[in-house]
Amino acid sequence: MQNPYLPYPVRIDDITVETEDKSLKTFKFVFLKPGDEEKFAYRAGQFAELSIAGLGEIPIGIASSPTEKGFVKFTVFKTGKVTSHLHAMKEGDIMGVRGPMGNSYPWDLLEGKNVVIIGGGFAFTTLRSSIVYMLHPENRSKFNDIHVIYGARSPGMLLYKEELMAWAERDDINMHITVDGTDDPEWKYHKGFVPAITEQEAPPGDADTYAIVCGPPIMIKFTQPVLDKLGYGHDQIIMSLENRMKCGVGICGHCNIGKELVCKDGPVFTLDQLNKTPKEY
Amino acid sequence: MTTYTQKIREISKRLLQEGRVDMVIGFARGSVPMINQPAFATHSADADRFVWDGNCGINLANYVTGRQETIGIVAKGCDARNLAVHIVENKIRRDQLYIIGVPCMGMTDRHKLTAAVAGEIESVDEDESGKTVTVSGDGFSETFNRAEMLQENCMLCMHRNPVLFDEMIADPVPEQTDEDIDRYGAVRRVENMNPEEKWDYFDDLLSDCIRCYACRNACPLCYCPTCFVDESKPQWVGKSIDPADIRIFHFLRAYHCAGRCTDCGACVRSCPMGINVRALTKKLEKDCLEYFGWEAGLTTEQRPPLDTYKPDDPEQFIK
Amino acid sequence: MKVIQIKPSELDAGLEKLESACRLIGPVKEKSYHLFKTLEPDQKPDLAYINTRLSAKSVLYPQSEVMFEFSLDKNDDQYAILKEPEKDRTPRAVIGIRPCDADAYEVCRRNFDTEEYKDPYWLKNYEATTLVGLACSNPCPTCFCTSAGSGPFSDRNLDILLVDNGDGYLARIITDKGEKLAASAGWNTEAGSDAEAAIEKKCGEAESKIKSSVAADNLEKHSLIDLYEAESAIWEPEGFACINCGTCTYACPTCWCFDVQDETYGKSGVRMRNWDSCMYPLFSLHASGHNPRDTKIARVRQRFMHKLKYYVDKYEKGIQCTGCGRCVRLCPVSIDIRRVCNKMNSYDPETCRCEVASG
Repeated sequence: MQNPYLPYPVRIDDITVETEDKSLKTFKFVFLKPGDEEKFAYRAGQFAELSIAGLGEIPIGIASSPTEKGFVKFTVFKTGKVTSHLHAMKEGDIMGVRGPMGNSYPWDLLEGKNVVIIGGGFAFTTLRSSIVYMLHPENRSKFNDIHVIYGARSPGMLLYKEELMAWAERDDINMHITVDGTDDPEWKYHKGFVPAITEQEAPPGDADTYAIVCGPPIMIKFTQPVLDKLGYGHDQIIMSLENRMKCGVGICGHCNIGKELVCKDGPVFTLDQLNKTPKEY
Repeated sequence: MTTYTQKIREISKRLLQEGRVDMVIGFARGSVPMINQPAFATHSADADRFVWDGNCGINLANYVTGRQETIGIVAKGCDARNLAVHIVENKIRRDQLYIIGVPCMGMTDRHKLTAAVAGEIESVDEDESGKTVTVSGDGFSETFNRAEMLQENCMLCMHRNPVLFDEMIADPVPEQTDEDIDRYGAVRRVENMNPEEKWDYFDDLLSDCIRCYACRNACPLCYCPTCFVDESKPQWVGKSIDPADIRIFHFLRAYHCAGRCTDCGACVRSCPMGINVRALTKKLEKDCLEYFGWEAGLTTEQRPPLDTYKPDDPEQFIK
Repeated sequence: MKVIQIKPSELDAGLEKLESACRLIGPVKEKSYHLFKTLEPDQKPDLAYINTRLSAKSVLYPQSEVMFEFSLDKNDDQYAILKEPEKDRTPRAVIGIRPCDADAYEVCRRNFDTEEYKDPYWLKNYEATTLVGLACSNPCPTCFCTSAGSGPFSDRNLDILLVDNGDGYLARIITDKGEKLAASAGWNTEAGSDAEAAIEKKCGEAESKIKSSVAADNLEKHSLIDLYEAESAIWEPEGFACINCGTCTYACPTCWCFDVQDETYGKSGVRMRNWDSCMYPLFSLHASGHNPRDTKIARVRQRFMHKLKYYVDKYEKGIQCTGCGRCVRLCPVSIDIRRVCNKMNSYDPETCRCEVASG
């Protein structure tokens, strides 16, 4: 019997400080045991439990793409007991990764469609995974137009900045990068909040266009009416939730919203689905 | 007790009708014998659900913590003392409360009654004089002297009449004095034990604990936004049922109640396992009385002794 | 199905024989109440008990259980690598479990044993356990098993059902596991041909003694959101008295939620799980400080909605309750799942009313 609570042992291979306030770091892990990487086959939008012996586990969205081989990456915001400890860990340290968990973004459904990615702050991690996945030469032709609207407080708070700039130069993806404000005279992207940029830049909703929205509650709250106005149906607005979790495999009972378990039935839901569940997230 | 019940309903209706309060908090009959349910009324018609008998042992002061409304509250002696503690500790303002004082002849002990009969108790009746209590079930009916079936804290109570009230529902009942009762006999027995006996005693006392926190949550003093056992940064205490962690929880909680506990017994009454949690708080009550001449909840003018510093504070307990 | 006659002396003799074949667990009285415990050598289960204070849930699912062990010694080549500890998975038998508690295992199994993930701790214990049930001839006033998918003689989840017939027991052998256990115990006297009829008669008598019930027939039909939003009719009046202790959840045979915690002792540590309760604010608290169920009313609602609506909709196998009545008996403020269930069942979203009055 496979023990679903047993993490794969991993080694921290690389640590990148992502933001100017150093509250976000990206950890690149390599699996210690041969074969574990294959067992950890994942899709963009899934998450995993990062495990530190003696401290516990935390659920974190997978930031690397299934098309990137040899490692798995997570971008972690320093907030609680486990994440604070993780931020103090060094390259070479041993810990655990358990997963992949959850349902991922609906990639089968999205094939042949326009995909509009709307992200804010540090909820951009599984969106990075999705973009890298879609832009991969094997996959790009599966999707029509790709739009990305991504905002942060300031240029220094944007995740994956170099990649963002590189994507902005490409012609197979429409990048709309924005910051709440900046006094950098060199800043050549948008200024303004995500909902406003969405209203300006997002294509109108139609049967072939899906929006994936990930961000802080306030961003989601103000983006939804914009998408309504643009004509997106609630079954075409896709969101990824977070809730307190322990087991990650639908057993411990912590993360339910109504009869759905965020860890197993989610974390990805359409707005249409969420309209039918209690707002306990 | 029917007169008490009628009086409580009458006053509650009046307060609600006059708009004197936004809500009244009292007891409704529980769905099982020996456990009445804290309940509220916001309309005078709802006040007919209120009852009074020997099963009102939960402390209603626990239900006003941090509330914003004006509240009529049914309060027996210990509830009123805890309301005083709440007022001192800024958990409610005096002018938000209309205290409906209930002179109390003690609450019956559900654990004791259950143990006293062989069958399942289906109903409990108290005679109007308050002398006897009759428990009945399938094929049995037994009558007991009510005074012998009281919760231990009620047997040892010296403040049956509310010290703080706006209106009393009846004339005061006679108070017990140190002449009638030995309040700290059980505490002295433990004090006189040698360390090994003490260890065994506490070991046994807490051995049934399942860490459901009913004692803590029934306690009007335990209103910390995050209890120390629930803290994770730092984590002060383990979360399992390891006996050491269970002891830390109970001992620290008891100390946190020192000088504030009115010995209302809600902790013991709530415990699903029947643990006499009061064994810990009673010792601290005794110490507060002996060192500081202090009994909790008798005044709203003074802060509890462990909350204040005086140069002449006794220090013989620091060893 | 075969029925065996077991005389009182044969019961004890059989249990003695079983002691060498497996671990025996049974109801024993400690202090003032009964609990399920592993029996000491020569200790007999107290089959005269009415019910245990806490359920038999802990037999398969201990309140605190080590999931993994690890070394925190940096010189150890297994440093920080989690390992499942050796666990006793040898056969064991529960003697005298009540049918409601056994039926609760079926409810819990839906959670612990799924297509995608299997909880090895619960499942391996379950597989190692033979359940010898004891029919309830004298149910309590708080029992409502017959309307909660169980019953005083329910043997759906038992291997053997013992029925007290005054002079020993009639034992209905239900499964191969039960057959094997009866053989090892030497219980082999086949009862007369009227035994089944005698059991049925006693079953009918016991069922007729159950006075309380829940109505759950409309729960599935109700809209989930309608019930969830029934604040003034259900959740505020029911939730007011709640002190948010974990008594109901810990006493419940079908409450399965757990917390996972690491503990360290010097240079070693364990990852363990402990029962958790949706009554606690911590249960749903995010690391950010946001709490999606930040009021006690929301937490009371979660417990009842889970048992009486979410579970009903998710599994289509009735309610997540077998009617043992423990939460009703132990709740310090008399919150009664029977009343809540009847309120939910009779709730009319048009008028926002239930046919059942508040307590």
